[in-house]
Amino acid sequence: MSTGEHLDNHHDSDHPTAKQYVLVGIILTVITILEVGVYYVEALRSLFAAIFLGAGAIKFAFVAFYYMHLKMDHYLFSAFFFGGLVLATSIAIALMAILGAF
Amino acid sequence: MQDIEVEHQESTDHANTLGVDMRKFLMWVFLGSDCLFFGAFIATYLLYRNSSIVGPYPHEILDIPVTSASTFILLTSSLAMVLSLAAFQRGNTSAARFWLFATAFLGSTFLGFQVFEFYHFAHEGLTPKTNLFGATFFTLTGFHGAHVALGVIWLFSLLGVSYTRGIPPEKSMNVELAGLYWHFVDIVWVVIFTVIYLLSSLPPSS
Amino acid sequence: MATHSTAIKGVTERATYTGLMGWITTVDHKRIGILYGCTAMFFFLVGGLEATVVRMQLYSPGMDLVSPGMYNSLFTMHALTMIFLAIMPLGAAFFNFIIPLQIGARDVAFPRLNAFSYWVFLFGALILNGGWLFNTLPNVGWFAYAPLTATEYSGAGTDFFICGLQVLGVSSLAAACNFIVTILNMRAPGMTLMRMPVFTWMTLIISLLLVFAFPVLTVGLIELMFMRFYEMPFFNSNQGGDPILWQHLFWIFGHPEVYILILPAMGIISDIIPTFARKPLFGYGFVVGSGVAIAFLSFAVWAHHMFTTGLSALAVSVFSGATMLIAIPTGVKVLNWMATLWGGSLDLRTPMLWSIGFIATFVVGGLSGVMHASPPVDTQQQDTYFIVAHIHYVLFGGSIMGIFAGIYYWFPKVTGRMMNETLGKWHFWLSFIGMNVTFGPMHIVGILGMPRRIYTYPSGMGWDFLNQIETIGVFIIIAGMLFFLQNAFRSWKNGEIAGDDPWDGRTLEWTIPSPPPEYNFATIPVVHSREPLWDSKHPELGDHLPSVTGASDDVDTESIHMPNASYWPAITAIGVGLGAALLMVNPILSISGVIISIVGVYAWSFEPAAPEGH
Ligand SMILES: [Cu+2]
Repeated sequence: MSTGEHLDNHHDSDHPTAKQYVLVGIILTVITILEVGVYYVEALRSLFAAIFLGAGAIKFAFVAFYYMHLKMDHYLFSAFFFGGLVLATSIAIALMAILGAF
Repeated sequence: MQDIEVEHQESTDHANTLGVDMRKFLMWVFLGSDCLFFGAFIATYLLYRNSSIVGPYPHEILDIPVTSASTFILLTSSLAMVLSLAAFQRGNTSAARFWLFATAFLGSTFLGFQVFEFYHFAHEGLTPKTNLFGATFFTLTGFHGAHVALGVIWLFSLLGVSYTRGIPPEKSMNVELAGLYWHFVDIVWVVIFTVIYLLSSLPPSS
Repeated sequence: MATHSTAIKGVTERATYTGLMGWITTVDHKRIGILYGCTAMFFFLVGGLEATVVRMQLYSPGMDLVSPGMYNSLFTMHALTMIFLAIMPLGAAFFNFIIPLQIGARDVAFPRLNAFSYWVFLFGALILNGGWLFNTLPNVGWFAYAPLTATEYSGAGTDFFICGLQVLGVSSLAAACNFIVTILNMRAPGMTLMRMPVFTWMTLIISLLLVFAFPVLTVGLIELMFMRFYEMPFFNSNQGGDPILWQHLFWIFGHPEVYILILPAMGIISDIIPTFARKPLFGYGFVVGSGVAIAFLSFAVWAHHMFTTGLSALAVSVFSGATMLIAIPTGVKVLNWMATLWGGSLDLRTPMLWSIGFIATFVVGGLSGVMHASPPVDTQQQDTYFIVAHIHYVLFGGSIMGIFAGIYYWFPKVTGRMMNETLGKWHFWLSFIGMNVTFGPMHIVGILGMPRRIYTYPSGMGWDFLNQIETIGVFIIIAGMLFFLQNAFRSWKNGEIAGDDPWDGRTLEWTIPSPPPEYNFATIPVVHSREPLWDSKHPELGDHLPSVTGASDDVDTESIHMPNASYWPAITAIGVGLGAALLMVNPILSISGVIISIVGVYAWSFEPAAPEGH
């Protein structure tokens, strides 16, 4: 059941090792804890949007690139995924601008 | 739309121009499409975030500590998922099953949190009919929850398959596909947590 | 059909069925293409009849042929039928039949998913037309603007609209994902992206548009459904909702949809014109590049349908500018087709006539389209017959003309028999004249101020004569269609035998027998150029390499493994259709559909996709 064992001797050596997976998991947890901490700091309130969007983007990127292997997989996978993501984000921003919802 | 996600199929005798797995490619195309699906729901939420004319309003009802806990659970399930896949890929079946079960269990726990949250909100007077916040919030998180529920069913099915037919390393793609879907549901939650919870749960600044 | 492979030890026999079960269980892209084509042609006739009644009602002022309510239903159903049940699936018929042949593949990437797409499409079409049984048809226009769709203003017809389109969306999405993977990952060796036939390119672009545009409509429909079924306030302005948001969501999908409708036709004629001009397509790279540019731009222009909704001056300028930009790639394409014709040795057979007709009428529709990219002009023309003229020049003069070009062009490949040239030419000329007689005068009545979607009009507005001409035009089109139906039915069984390559073709589909064997290619070809068949027929024109290799006769075709037939895609699709239909009755009941789908998906996942042991 131990997971810290070495994986890199196997055929999928281009995939991250279990250690790296756990490390990414720790990073994700730490970021979430920091976000919740920041949430209660009234002094940072004007920066909340930047901080939370930035932290969310970092978490997003870690999961997409490491857990979903986009970093090592065919570039077309990234193209489809980030194509959809960028399009969705652009449409949302455009709609907010058009309808005055900022 | 939900049916496509469980696609398990390969054509025979085909060229493979890019040298990638067909089903994995299909999954990525679908996930790109699903970005637009959630993107449109999130856009609706954002467009209407100041439009409700009666309460409860987000800052009166959203509970950051509880949702942080459920966010942590979902993120951890993603970790369990990759560990399960890695174990399947190297043929360590017992570890793989353990982590697969852990993923599905954590996913179910997340759903439990969501059911609790929905009941709690209804008790506080927020239903999908109450106001635009309720309509957009329940629809967005509800469809996310439906994705999670489908993922949980998928994961338990894979667990069953690993006991009956077995999932040897050369068939680990079956797990990888479920994993991609699972991580996608996870990162959609990352966005929802950031945009819906952290950024719109604050009382209007004084 | 019943080509059971000989049983060898450890080898399961391939699952096959004959007769009706053969069609229900088929996973062969060619048969699925035929299913799409016949179903869509049926709905094309239905939509045409709906339009005929609309035109007869407008023949003269104060006509009383149908009630105002029925009139609303007829123009709504005409639009929905033509867009979602005729033009899109006719495109899908070509994708299915032709794409694997053009890229040198034996099937699509996911044959059972492909069958699933068809069956879901069929059930979506039935739901959309379900209102006929209950006399509550959709009657809110095909774009179903809020707040007209609220329960106070429209009845169960809107529910048929919502559920039907949702199911059709599942079908389109599944098919689009399938074709993206097929085109990008199943090309024959040597067929690089820039060697793909233009029709294959356009199919790829359409699939991308569907994948990225349809989910937005899905979300809009979900919100509309929840507003109607569960009183959620999405587009209800009493509770702070914004009816305009529906328009945005609809047109974010709706404008790419316009290109989903026209790009198949552009792809078809880009393959036909070089064949009948007997020279390569002029500026292949530009034609493909303009397709890609149109796809990108199509996501940035949706609000040109909303210039009169009170957008800010900045938004109007941006969307107007982006819309005008689209005229550039479109113009580039027209220019390239003209330049391909220029100096070619033209062979004016039926497919070529339709293609040239396409260019002529599509340009008219394109020009009137650029006109209302200009906001002041658009404000003048909004909701008049000028817009009706524009969309019919684009959709009939463009999409339908291109589709008929494709039908005449590929009919020999599908059936092994030629269509009759004389009847084909009658069909073309009657349609071409009829369409201009019908839709041409609409420009003028539109400028004269006649609004769309009115069930009748007073005399003395100067519209009477032009409306009579328009209605007469419809009957010219119908006469043409009779020639087509006669031609198709007769040629299917009794046409002249076509042979592999009746048109002196240029691309891979003409290297194999007509109709193609189930496995398409006995040997997967190796491609060395953009027009492999043409170049291999004319080695004197190019380099010394054979442009297509591998078409040898001495292949043991018994050893080619093809996927198993399966009824699970159809059963899963029944679940999807049933679930959506029962939503209109009671959400609890629709769980039965979900259960059928889940059972279908499990069975589908666990059955072998192909005979085992090979
Ligand atoms: Cu448009």
